[in-house]
Amino acid sequence: MINQPVTQEEKLLTRSLEGEKRAFMYGNEVVVWAALAAGAEFLFGYPITPQNEVMHYWSRLAPRYGRGFLQTEDELSAGFAVLGGIMAGARCFSATAGPGTVLFQEPLSMAEMMRIPMVLVVQQRGGPSTATVIYSQQEVFLTIFGGNGEGLRVVYSPGSHQEMYDLTIKAFATAWEYRFPTLVLGDGYQAKMREPVTLYDPREKGIDLKPTFPMVGLKGVPGVDREPAHWRNAFSVEEELYEVLKPIIDDFHRAAPSLSEKEEGFLEGVELIVVAHGIVGRSVRSAVRELREKDIPVGFFRPITLRPFPDKDIKNVLTACSRLLVVESAQGQLAKLIRIAIGGELEHSLKMYTYFRPGLGITAEEVVQEARAILNGEREKDASVALL
Amino acid sequence: MSEQSMPLSWRTETKPHKFCPGCGHGLVLKALGMAVDRLKIAERVLFGCDIGCSLLSWDFFNLDTVQTHHGRTVPFIVGAKRARPHLVGIAYMGDGGGYAIGVQHLVNATMRNERILVIIVNNTTYAMTGGQMAPTSLLGQKTETTPGGREPDQEGFPLRGPEMIASFAPEGAYVARGSVSQVQRLSRYLERGLENQLRDRGISVIEALSTCPTNWRTNAVDTWKYLEKEMTDYYPLGELVSPWKKNKAEEEVVRL
Repeated sequence: MINQPVTQEEKLLTRSLEGEKRAFMYGNEVVVWAALAAGAEFLFGYPITPQNEVMHYWSRLAPRYGRGFLQTEDELSAGFAVLGGIMAGARCFSATAGPGTVLFQEPLSMAEMMRIPMVLVVQQRGGPSTATVIYSQQEVFLTIFGGNGEGLRVVYSPGSHQEMYDLTIKAFATAWEYRFPTLVLGDGYQAKMREPVTLYDPREKGIDLKPTFPMVGLKGVPGVDREPAHWRNAFSVEEELYEVLKPIIDDFHRAAPSLSEKEEGFLEGVELIVVAHGIVGRSVRSAVRELREKDIPVGFFRPITLRPFPDKDIKNVLTACSRLLVVESAQGQLAKLIRIAIGGELEHSLKMYTYFRPGLGITAEEVVQEARAILNGEREKDASVALL
Repeated sequence: MSEQSMPLSWRTETKPHKFCPGCGHGLVLKALGMAVDRLKIAERVLFGCDIGCSLLSWDFFNLDTVQTHHGRTVPFIVGAKRARPHLVGIAYMGDGGGYAIGVQHLVNATMRNERILVIIVNNTTYAMTGGQMAPTSLLGQKTETTPGGREPDQEGFPLRGPEMIASFAPEGAYVARGSVSQVQRLSRYLERGLENQLRDRGISVIEALSTCPTNWRTNAVDTWKYLEKEMTDYYPLGELVSPWKKNKAEEEVVRL
């Protein structure tokens, strides 16, 4: 049963889990087990609430499974140490939130330019500024478009602990396959909440975690046995940059259709589509189920990837139904993504209702109430003119 | 090949190099190249360069090299070294990257005694951006952002980086200041810095006094005078912290 590890990589992937394990744990702990199972070798992190327990659990579990940990002096150093470790050939990651996500933009932009497969877990807290340490969905734009550049990143938005586990593992697989920085966008509620989750070894599920590859420290004397590895991100002239950047953008767009993911439900005969992501998607799903039990024709759509956005899927759904309600714990960050995805033509034939609660949690009851109000014609003057 | 000509670890395809005439970077990199040659560690070296004039060294060596961001070379090299300790990590930057935007990394890497070599090139100015004041600009020095000269009341006193680092450098650290006016001596310091890492003893922080005639707007004579007189008066050369100093026998082996 127990195979002797043959390589360091093999060793890292073997021992953390065997078979499936049912557990009841915090979201931050789920992240740690997922990273262990995905063969992450090193966590460089800096304390910020609500992601601290990622470091707490990792620093206890890491020695047991031969992994490394360093608490750095800030998020900039955490991010750049992650990049250094990855380029040296190790699967490294970090976790952060709020103002920390702001500082992480700098290493993320270097990862975009140099195709470094960096994984970052973000547990959103309130914003702007220090705001709250508790919860929001206000880091959507920051995680997608926060850097100086084109947002060449993959962003997963999990809606349960099981998805937190699945998508964190998938983030490592995606990052190493496509070589774009990949983020898991959780939130403080998910981070600090306990619920059941099934842990598993990704290889037993046939998940292809691509091997790591050193970009420096290669075999042989550079200049004698081989060419030296020279990596840069600064260019002398505009055309030089364009020549490098264009293929990266093309790669991203080529990969987008196979990366985008969504969940949808109750679409038969639907008269109002409710769209939400992450934990708010759970409230929406419950609300829609409840309304359907009363024969009220409401359906839901939940983007699982916020970048690339499942734009074809949402277009398909909205072609069949001309009313949508966007629900989010932010002032229209998801709604803006939807507007970009559906484009001008469809937008004019649609009525977009919104329920924005920046920094507040949203319950199923609120969604039920809002959907009923819309269907009763009580929200007509707000439709499509919501303050985005 | 003698040490006076091009070091073996230099990449001939990218020479002549891209630095301005009279710039000291070429001499610091020569001193480093000679040290790498003497230790025969080219296969293990990871050379990281900062942003600023130091970014031009991204293809300078026949060494695996990564150009990072302004001030972030230390944490980048720390991450690589922590993840793959067999690498010999070198973080190469200017005084802005080392003592201003990235000083928290320098201080904390020293506190943790990271097994890396940090080289800070002190030319008393932000050169790539056009000659603004640096933490190291001397009192009275005219720069683009101190057109009347650096005033201590307004801009403070020039930062002595190695002295700051030496004040809390842990056991095993190596801290020194060399100058491009003494390339052989600088090269010995760099060799010791690398040796210190190879022996897994601690961090090495070496400042190299350097020249920037382009932004100083000086001719050859005045450039050298500024380096050897004004700068060296305020920034004395020498080893500030050295594990070798505690061991007479080793001191004999690497005689400076």
